This record gives sequence, C-alpha cells and structure tokens, in this order.
Amino acid sequence: MMTTASKRVDPHSGRWPVGQLASHAIACARRWLSIALLGLTAAAYPLASSAGVLPEDRADVLYHRYDGGGVTIHGPSVLVRKTMAEKYSASANYYMDMVTSASIDVEVSGASEYKEERNQYSLGFDYLRGKTTYSLGYTNSDENDYQASTTSFGISQDLFGDLTTISMGFSKGDDTVRRTIADPNDAERRIVDPGFKQDVDRWSYRVGVSQILTRNMILGLQLEVITDEGYLNNPYRSFRYVDPDDDLRFRLATEIYPHTRTSNAAGVNARYFLPWRAAAFGGYRYFTDTWGIDAGTFELGYMHPLKGTRWTFEASIRHYNQDHADFYADIFDRVDQQNFMGRDKELSTFVSNTFHVAATYEFVPSGWRFIKKGTLNLSYDRMQFDYDDYRDARYSLLPTDDPNFRAAGTEQFYSFGANVIQAFISVWF
Amino acid sequence: MNEGCRQSSRDPFLATAYWLQPRVCARVAALVAMFALSACGNIEPWVKPYERQNLADPVMSFDLNPISSSYMDHVYEAREGARGALGGAGGGCGCN
Repeated sequence: MMTTASKRVDPHSGRWPVGQLASHAIACARRWLSIALLGLTAAAYPLASSAGVLPEDRADVLYHRYDGGGVTIHGPSVLVRKTMAEKYSASANYYMDMVTSASIDVEVSGASEYKEERNQYSLGFDYLRGKTTYSLGYTNSDENDYQASTTSFGISQDLFGDLTTISMGFSKGDDTVRRTIADPNDAERRIVDPGFKQDVDRWSYRVGVSQILTRNMILGLQLEVITDEGYLNNPYRSFRYVDPDDDLRFRLATEIYPHTRTSNAAGVNARYFLPWRAAAFGGYRYFTDTWGIDAGTFELGYMHPLKGTRWTFEASIRHYNQDHADFYADIFDRVDQQNFMGRDKELSTFVSNTFHVAATYEFVPSGWRFIKKGTLNLSYDRMQFDYDDYRDARYSLLPTDDPNFRAAGTEQFYSFGANVIQAFISVWF
Repeated sequence: MNEGCRQSSRDPFLATAYWLQPRVCARVAALVAMFALSACGNIEPWVKPYERQNLADPVMSFDLNPISSSYMDHVYEAREGARGALGGAGGGCGCN
C-alpha cells in the first residue's frame, strides 16, 4: 500500500501530479462529514424530544454560509415537523452544501480549486405512549464520490413526577467511499474511479438525562460511544515526509489510517432562568478515542428577550482544544516510518474559539390564519483556529531564494478564521 | 495503540478514559437504571408542576432551534476531532 501510494507522487517535485488530484482533490474532510451525519441523525431525532411531549408543529427554512480557510460552503436547509392524532409526530429535513474549496490542503497538493455539492435527506417519526416517546430516524447523504446512510432508534421516558427525562439511542451508519480521477479521454473532466470502492460501518450508542434541579435550573447529561470500522481515510489526503534527495523540501504520499476507531464522549449542559426573564447557559464535554485524541469543549452563553419588544438576543462563547492523534505528524522522517501515518489538521493539536451572536424577531405573535406565530432569525459566528503542530507547508514550496521560503518542517504554524452566517424563518402552525 | 505508532504519554487522561470505556459505561448505566427503578415509587417531585413556569419559558429550551443547532454541530464536527454527546439529549422540563 505504501509503495503504491508513494509511486504516484512525482519523485522530482515531491508533489502530486496536478491532473491526478485536479478539481476534487482533498475534499474537505469527507470522513468528518459522515461522522457529523451520524451525529446529526442522533441529535435531530431520537433524543431531541421530551419524553412526555411531542415537538411542536413547525416549519423552518434556513440559509447557511461558512467562509474561511479558503473554503466557502453555503446552501439551504428545510425542516418540517407535524403532529398527528396527538401521539404521532413526523419530520422531514432537506439539507444542501454547495462547496467551493481552495483550502491549504488543496494548495499544498498542487491541485486547483474545486466545486461540489452534497444533498442530504432525513425522515423522522416519533410515537408518544404515556410518558414514553419512541423515535425512528433515517438520513441519506449523497455526493458523487461519497454516499452515507444512517438509521437510528431512540426511546425517552419521563420519571419522578416529570422532573427527570432519561433517553437512550442507537444509530447505525453505512458509508460508501469512492474517489474521482481524471477522465482518460478528457483531462479536464473528472469521473468516478470504477476500480475504487470502500465501505465504512458506524455504530453509535447514546444515553442522556435531563434533570430539573430547581424551579429555575435544568441540567442535561449525555454519554455517547461511537465505533467506526472500514476505510476511514480520506482518499484524497496525504501525509508529507522529508524529501530524501533534498531535506529542505517534502514529498507527499497517501495517508494510512487504522481501520477501526472507537470514541467516548461525556457532556454536561445547564440552563438557569434569571429573574428579569433571561437565561444563562453553559456546558462542558470531554472526549477521548482510541486514536489518542483527547478534547475538551466549553461553552458559556446568555439569552435575553428585550422587554416590551418582539426581539430576543443571544451571545455565547465556545472554546475547544484537542491533542493530536497518535499517528499524526506534521512531517515524517521517512515514507515508511510507521504503519499508520496521517496529516489531517483535524487530527493535530489545536485550539478553536467561537464567538456567537444572534437576534430573533417574532412576527404575528397572536397568530394569522393557520399560523400560530413566526420568527425571523439571524446569527453570526466568528471562529478562530490556531494549530500547534500543523505547519503552513506552502512556505516550503516557494523558491529557495524567496525571502518567505522556509525549510520543510520549520514553517510557521497554520491558523485561520472563519465566518458563519445563518438566516432562517420559523413558523409554528 | 498500534505497532509503529507512538504511545500516548498523557497518563492523567487514562483514569477518565477508563470510565468512558463502553464496557464500563454499560455497567454504570445498569447501576443507574437499577437505582432509578428501585426508587421510582419513593421520590416526591421537589419542584411542583405549578412551579415550573420559568422552566417552560422558551429561553430555557436546550434546543430552541433544531435546524440551526444541528447545522452548527455539523460545522464543528467537520473541523474537529471530537464527536458525540452533544446537547440534544432530553430537553424536556416535564412542563405538560
């Protein structure tokens, strides 16, 4: 595997042939998209409902836009939920990503900017019986070179005079990983490689407790175990190693990941009602996995409906830090240094901080025809990522006489900021 | 963890990692469930239903806008190594 991978790298430049990677090279963390899909299915359906109450009938239409690190992702999302016979509730969600990427991974590989789309469809069904809610969910995500489907089941139960809600859930994901290559008949065109098809199986187990502590405070606890098995690499991504012919430069080879991963996460969230009708909230999550990644997430926020108006404002800060995976290195000494080698920046040691603000305006608060109420929502998130052991390899690709040139492995650490905007309208009916 | 990989030297995390192993989690969950079931008939709600108007306020919802929170979860999970145990669990305040 290693020999095959290294053979495909231009031995002189230490870079992938541009035509080989071309427009779809180094897709933006496809592996992570699928993991997120598993999480989204879990979060959106089985565990989101209170055991004794079905979610409200509601429709949301959202536009999202992420812009940072040379990547722009935007698109719509539509979510509709309807209750029937007071004990059944069905929901449907359509979500789309339109990606334009010229990220640092794409630049370092020598490829050019690429564009692609991802479409995701979800269906959910809840059944309320007494104080117990049973939930089923199915999500399908489709790209030209990645298909993922996830089925989930959940159950939640109110206990102790409805002071406590216990939830449990299970999800099973099946992914198919493909890759694109240059069309032999048209170098400008990309086609799906008919000789490359890999599978990934994913399992997720969740337990959650929501607990009323006082008349003004509620606490949530979550535990989740996720296990993956299969082709966990991104087929477009590569690690780098010192060029044996020129130690100022590097060469690239296809990453080699373990074929299994199990992660454990435990989270706690709390909300506190303030006497002037506002809420303070916070949370912490600890994460660890068999790849050696340990991470912590902290969040603190405040929500404030403006008295006498229809406006509600929210602000929060989020801090995230993680240690690198055991098989991660910014640059390896040799192409065959270890059995497993990866250089995804998502596996590196880094810190990210997010500042979030949002405003909501309520319209037709007294209802209009079949609409009970509606809200217009706008939110903005500023994210900052600072890497501690992922270097900006573009500086060692410069000519050696360029004043900005740095030898491979001595470049400055990479960092980038991103802006996230969401605009959505919600209607209750 | 695997031959050729560097061994983790973050011993302070090992204790926590032990408690998060699936087998250990399952045992803890079973103990909690046994305790919960054995106590079902004895616990008096210390916050009465008529005292829960503050908890029923939309500002106290763990997930006020699911379409927005699931999008942000997706944004984070695509760029970070951590995953799971997000704030979607429960959310009920027993206010019905």
